[in-house]
Parts: sequence; structure tokens; C-alpha cells
Amino acid sequence: MIDEVRQGFHRLRSLFRRARQDRELDAEMSAHLELAIEENLERGLSPAEARRQALVRFGGPQQVKESHREARGLPLLETLLQDFRFALRMLRRSPGFALVAIFCLTLGIGANAAVFSWMEGLLFRPYPAVAHQERLLALTGTAQADRTALSWPDFLDLQRNCKLFDAFFVSKIMGTTLSIGDRAQVATGSIVSSNYFPALGVHPILGRAFEPNEDVGRGAHPVTVISYQLWKERFAGDPQIIGKTQRMNGVLHTIIGVAPEGFYGTFVGWAMKFWVPASMEDTFEAGGYKLEDRGERWIEAYGRLKPGVSLEQAQQEVSAVAKRLETDYPATNRGHGVKLWPLWQTPFNNAGTLLPTLGIMLVVVVFVLLIACANVGNLLLVRSFARRHEITVRVAVGAGRKRLLQQLFIEGLVLSALAATGGLLIAHWSSHLLVLLLPVRNGNAMHLPGEMDWRVMALSAAVCLVSTLLFALLPAMQTSKVDLAATLRSEMAGVVHGRSKSWVRSGLVVVQVSLCFILLVGAGLLLQSLERIRSDSPGFSTQGTLVTAVNLSASGYEVQRAKSFQDELIDRVERLPGVESAALARLTPLGYGSFSSAPIVVDGYQPPPDERPSLDYNQVGPGYFATMGIPLGSGREFTRADNETAAPVAIVNETMAARYWPDKNPIGERLQVKDKWLRIVGVAKTSKYYSMREMPKPFFYVPLRQNFSVGAALNIRTKLRPQIMAGALSRELKAMDANLALYEVISLQEQLDRSTSAQKVAVTLTGVLAGLALVLAAIGLYGVMSYTVSQSTRELGLRMALGARTPELFRLVISRGLALTAGGILLGAAGALGLTRLLGYLLYKVSPRDPLAFGSAFLTLMVVSMIACFLPAWRATRVDPIVALRYE
Amino acid sequence: MSESKLDLLQGTLDLMVLQTLAAMGRLHGYGIARRIEQVSGDAVLLNQGTIYASLVRLQQRGWISAEWGTSTNNRKAKFYSITKRGRKQLSEDAAYWQRLSEVMGRVLALPEGSDNK
Repeated sequence: MIDEVRQGFHRLRSLFRRARQDRELDAEMSAHLELAIEENLERGLSPAEARRQALVRFGGPQQVKESHREARGLPLLETLLQDFRFALRMLRRSPGFALVAIFCLTLGIGANAAVFSWMEGLLFRPYPAVAHQERLLALTGTAQADRTALSWPDFLDLQRNCKLFDAFFVSKIMGTTLSIGDRAQVATGSIVSSNYFPALGVHPILGRAFEPNEDVGRGAHPVTVISYQLWKERFAGDPQIIGKTQRMNGVLHTIIGVAPEGFYGTFVGWAMKFWVPASMEDTFEAGGYKLEDRGERWIEAYGRLKPGVSLEQAQQEVSAVAKRLETDYPATNRGHGVKLWPLWQTPFNNAGTLLPTLGIMLVVVVFVLLIACANVGNLLLVRSFARRHEITVRVAVGAGRKRLLQQLFIEGLVLSALAATGGLLIAHWSSHLLVLLLPVRNGNAMHLPGEMDWRVMALSAAVCLVSTLLFALLPAMQTSKVDLAATLRSEMAGVVHGRSKSWVRSGLVVVQVSLCFILLVGAGLLLQSLERIRSDSPGFSTQGTLVTAVNLSASGYEVQRAKSFQDELIDRVERLPGVESAALARLTPLGYGSFSSAPIVVDGYQPPPDERPSLDYNQVGPGYFATMGIPLGSGREFTRADNETAAPVAIVNETMAARYWPDKNPIGERLQVKDKWLRIVGVAKTSKYYSMREMPKPFFYVPLRQNFSVGAALNIRTKLRPQIMAGALSRELKAMDANLALYEVISLQEQLDRSTSAQKVAVTLTGVLAGLALVLAAIGLYGVMSYTVSQSTRELGLRMALGARTPELFRLVISRGLALTAGGILLGAAGALGLTRLLGYLLYKVSPRDPLAFGSAFLTLMVVSMIACFLPAWRATRVDPIVALRYE
Repeated sequence: MSESKLDLLQGTLDLMVLQTLAAMGRLHGYGIARRIEQVSGDAVLLNQGTIYASLVRLQQRGWISAEWGTSTNNRKAKFYSITKRGRKQLSEDAAYWQRLSEVMGRVLALPEGSDNK
């Protein structure tokens, strides 16, 4: 064994001592021959015969040298090094080719690497500071087919009863207003279970994490761990920060820890600024203390599996616990289950929103890569014809087919390795690109970084290898079939309509065009969807209504103070110049956040046995419908008279009216919500509530004063621009209470646009990549057409000599190019018809076979290929017949 | 078959070289090649040059050592000698060959059709 190691070492060393060892062998060989000749002479042979016999006995000196080299060195590595050096030499000799090829591949590999890094950083390993993320799962509740949040007591039961998990932990996103120094600012934080930091394996760099008992007892533990970013930016990195206090939502919290740099919490898309234990829940969440109520489902939870446990096993265990809870607590848990999700499918944060977009991006970048490979394949093919002479010579002197393939493959690998380096740089630079495409909310930019870890690198390297096989193999196969006899015959000049080997190159162009067509159709469909969504009516007026909020609970207002504050605020705002009306509502439609939901009973409506009607509703102030521009079909709006002392009332939407009172006008009918009977006073037009793509859903409204919520959004009907309104509002607010921070003021159209940001990302990225594909395909077409023209000089000259005129030659070349394009489009159309269905939910009121998208893709490609063919065609008309016929 | 020369099995040449050096002491490449030819009675097919691949292999494994020196008739040549490890390897390999050739001898001595009785 030791001897083999020793030998390996010597072999490796001999790589670098080749010249010296060859010299020594030469000396040894000549000594050998001299000794042999001498001995032969002593046996009485003539000098000539002595030498001849010595040489015969010795054998071929070249073979001896070769076998010596093989025995002492690493022959495989040596030939690889040789091929590598040769490849570099070849690239240096044709820098134009090398640059174009590397450019195309860099775009292709770079786009892939960028999407890989986004998928890694947002879906698969979104929490870079956390170890073993592959064992993390997201948890939600289920109610029939719907997804729900979880309740705190259910969470505790899961934690107690599940044996296959290391830990369950809770993280619920929320916001507050931080007044530090003289600046009040909206900040995002999380309500977490006390085991949050240890379960993630994250250790504060200062102070401590939460202790096990700190998520027990209503409001009992006003402590907080702050983020590194907040510590640095707002507390100037104060080393004495631990033990200091910060007022949040009216309660003084003691800062007990600072999270490490690079830990942003567990809500994909947002960088958390602080964390508080669950015991502080009702300080930050509307709707009271929910930790003891099994019916209040509000938390978002995660679990960490024990090593080696599969998702299925874990799901079985969790479901078994949920089943037991159903029998133990039928009132709150009947029909409720618990579902586990792999991290990349986490439904409650931006991972779920971006998943379909990123999935489509993956397909798109693979297409771009294929187009780039086709380009490089074509270039290599053209070059291999130019190198036919060199290769023929090498075959003639005995280069093996395998060796030839290896050498061409290495050349390709050098190209794609250089391109992969560039591609990784592109991916690195674009890792924060997604953030640019998504809106900034309340001054907090989203946090959506790509992640360049070794997995992304390895995958990109694999892509690089596979693409090398793709683009290098075809030309290599063609070249290695070199026919020695054929090359001895005179090189025949190509013909524009020639059928020889040009079909391979034409085929590649056709494939490129077809892939490009599919991408263009996809981009067109997505663009149309986005336009339709944004121009579609959501059921309220998007023009002339602004929305903002003042977080009263964040500043510690209790109910009575909040009520008088809200009244005064509305009065002040309505007195502002340019304001038509103003109204409060607990939530605005199409924002982030869930509407309240409650089981209902309708007078005179007998639900089928399996239906337990439960509907979403909003709490709105007087004048809400006028301010939002939601038309009332009949009845009246809420007024200031609909207050705590008045009879409870409600307004239903038309969808609800049609379902529960199909044959009559519901006005004056009764509706029971939470043991309270409400009299219906109006019917409003159905609008969109959660998203633009939802089906019309039954929904109702109750007066804010009769179902009070301290936190409320402020809607203002005005023609003023948001910035101007924001200034006026801030002044009013300052006059009322200097500790309050105004949320950003945006138009309802902006709110709608933000709710479609996933579509916007998809459209922008697909558009950019389709454009890229178009450029690559045009380069490919241009390359093939110019080569064809340059190879057909003789034919073109002949045609000219026989009387063909310039326009005819021009048409000849253009029509050949357009024929290729048309073939590609036909193929692409077939592919697109099959593939565009995959766009699925990103399409909105657009058929996957939309003629406009197909038509414009067709036109774009035709025009672009016309442009790509123009130069070669023009060159064809400049052929001088005399020169062309004398050619060769 | 018996008329033509023996083709060398892989590894046998290495063993022959080791044995030659063990028996003869310090020798140059030509000397080794000649010695093997003589001992085998010119029965093995050997291009003398092939000895050098074997020599470099043995040297890299540390079983023989080499140094430049002068031959009896005053020629500069590279002389090889077996090392201690080489002797150990030789005894192992020789024992293996003995056993193998005994076994082969016995197997080949089986009369044809002997399994039928």
C-alpha cells in the first residue's frame, strides 16, 4: 500500500519533470545501444550489421519512450493538460468567436444561476443564519379545504404530543411604531414562542434569548430581542443596550438581547426588527388575549423534524394529534386539522407568493440556455468546417476518435467554464434584483436576497457541463466522422439551397426560433394579464381615494381614548381643503391582513346539514361606501347614528343577498352574528376583498362603533396627490398627538398594484429574458445566414453572370432566412399551445391561446429575423461575379 | 506453439528484473536485458527497450535504486540495484509464482474427460 502511494507521488511529480526525465531516458537508451553494438562487434560482426542487430533487439525507440512515459507518469492527466493548453491556444487564435460564444453562454448560465440562487435564498434555504433548514417545516391549520392559522392551545398540544419533532415554534408577523429619539417609525416585528431562538439554533450576540416561561401569563413579560440592524441603526450599536427599555404599543419593554447579524426572522420577504414573547400577544394584536382560547386561530408556526424523519411520517403523527383534539374539544376543533408544508411551499409568507413565478422562471431560463447552446453549437460547427484541414491531418497521423472527441469536448468546457464564471458573477449582482421589482411598504423595503451557496455553485457547474455536452457534442460527432478520402477531393462550395451538412445548423436555428417564440408568447400573455388585472374594476373606485393608517394600539390608546381620537381625526380630515369625505375601516381591501370572520345564522334560511355558514366581514365607519366608491344597490350607508347605543345593523353584498335571500330584498331582514341579531339596512355591490382573481364572495359590513377596533385604516376621498395629503395629515396628527406615526399614504390604485406584485415580477423577468432570447436567436440566424452566403459566393456569382439582378438575389437570401424562421415559429406555436397552460394562475382573464399574444410574437420574430438577414442578403448582392467565378 | 517465443504476462517482467538484480547485484539496463535473454535461453519475446518501463516502475515503488556510473569498458551508464524492500517484495512474488505454477501444473495435468468416471 505504502509502495503504491509512493509510486503515485512519483507519477505526479514526473508531470513537472518531463523534459529532464526524457533527457535521462535518451542518455540511458544511447548507452544501451552502444553497449549492444560493442558486444556485437566483439562477436565479429561488421559495424553496420552490429548496429542493425542492436537496433532490432532494442525495438522502436518511440514506443519505448511512450511506454516509459506511461509507466512513470499520469497519461490521462497529461493528455488532458495538453488538450487544455491546446484549447486555450485555439481560443486565443480566434478571439471574435471566443467572445461571442462566451457572451452567449454567460447570459445563459448567468440567468440559470440567478434563478437557482433566488430559489435557494427564498424557497429552499431562506434563513441563512439557521442550520439544517432541510428539517424545518411550516405548519397551518385546515378547515375542510381551507387553510387556517393555528390556535395557541393547539400549538401547545402539538408540542407536548409529537415525538418526531425536535421543536415546534411560533412566529407571527406584526408591526409597531418605534419612537426612538425624535423620530417615530413603523417597524415590523414578530410575536414568537419562547423557544424561538434555541429552536432555530440562533444565539443573541448580546444578552440572552427568551426563557421558557416568558410566553406564559397575559402581558407578564414585556421583554424584547432586537435585530442587529435596529441595534446598529437606531441605537447606534450601543454596547450597554441590554437592560434599557423601549416603549412599544404603549408598554415599556426591556431589551434583553440583540440577534446576530444576518438573522432576519422567519417571514420570507421581511427583515424583522424585533421579537417579543407570545405572552405580549394582546399588546400587539387586535382582538384581545388569545393564548387561552382554542377557537382563536392566529399563529403561524414551524416545526423542526428529528433527523431522518420523513414528511409523511410527521404528517401522520400531527394528524393523529389533531384527530384527538377534534374529539376532546368538538366545540372549537371539529372539522379542523393540521397540515405540514415543506419550507418552499410555506403558504403564509412570500415564499408561497413567489413559488409559481420562480417555477416559471426556471423553465424560461432553461429555454434561454438552450438557445445560447444552439448558438455556440452553430459557431463551433462553422469553425469545425474551417478546421477540417487540421483535423484531417490529425486523423491521418493516427489520432484516435476518442482522443479527438475528448479534445473538442475540452475546448467546449474551457468556453463554458469561462462563461460559468461570468454567469456566477451575474447571479451575484442580480441577487437583490427581486427587491427592486417589489414595492416598498411604509419605508421598509422587502428583504428578498438570493443565496449563492455551494449548492447553487454545484448546480451551475452541472448546468455548465450539460450545456457543454449539448453544444460541443454535435459538432464533435460531425467532425470525428471526417472522411479522409472526401477531404482529398476539392472542397465543393456550398449552395444557398444546399442540402449537405447545413441541415444541422438550420435545425439548430429552427429550434432557437421556436423556443424564442414560446417565450415571447408567454411574456405576451403575462403582460396582458397584468394589464387586465390592473385595469379591471375591483368593485370600488381606484381613482380619487387614498388610504393610510394611524396605529393607535401601537401608541397605547385604549378603547375610549381611541374612539374620541377617531371622531376628531375624521372631523379634522374632512375639514382639510380638497377632501370630499373620509372614513375609517378595520381593513382596506387587497391589503395584507385577514378580515374578521364569524359563523352566521340567517332568519328563514335553512342551511344544508353539512354547511356551517361562516363569512368574512369588515368593520367600517360612517361614509365608508361613499369614500370608497362602492355603489349601494339599495338601502342606506352607515351613519354616526349607528353607534353603540343604537340597534345593531349590517350591510350585505349582492352575492350574499343572492345566496341567502334569493327571492326577496334583504333590507329589513335579520342576520345573527356572534349571538347578536343585526338588521340589514343596505345592499352593496360585490367587490374584490383579498385578491383581484377571487370569485365573487359573500361578504358583509358592520358599523365600526358597534364592533370596535382600535386599529383602523383611514380612507380619504380627494383629488389631491398622496404626497400632498401626507403632509397635511402629518400636520393634523402632530397637532393631536406627537407620538403618533402616520403610515404611508397611497392611492387605492397603488394598493391594487401592490397586490399584483407577483405578476409584475413574472412579467418583468419573462419580458427581459424573452428579449434576451430574441437577441440570441437573432445572432444565431445572422450567423447561419452570413455563413451560407459566404459559402455560396460561387453560386451567387454564377446566378449574377446568368443575369439575376440584385433584388432577386436579395430576395433569395431573405426568403431562405424567413423560411427558417417560419419553420421555427410553426414548431414554437405547437409547443406554446401545450406549454402556456402551465402559466396557470398567473393568467388573468386571458386565454392561454390568446391570438394577440401569438400574433405579436409572430410579428416580432418575423421583423427581427428580417433584420438579422438583411446584412447577409445585402452582402450577397455585392458579390462580384468575376471574382466569384475565379474563386478557388 | 512451443517453437514461438513466450509473450510476457503483465508483471512477470518486473519479477524477472527483480530476480536478476537479486542474483547479479548492480547492473545496467542492457546487462539486465541480456541476462534475462540468456537465462531464458532466448525463449521470451523481449524487445530490450521494454525493460526501461519496468525499471522506472520498480524504481518509483522503491524496490530498486539507480545511480549513474561507469561500465567495465568505461562507458557511462545507469546502474540499478535491488533495495531491501525490493528483496522482500521479490520473496513474496516468487512464493506466489511458485504456488501458482504448481496449481496450474496440477490443473493442466488432469486428463481430459476425467470428470466422467
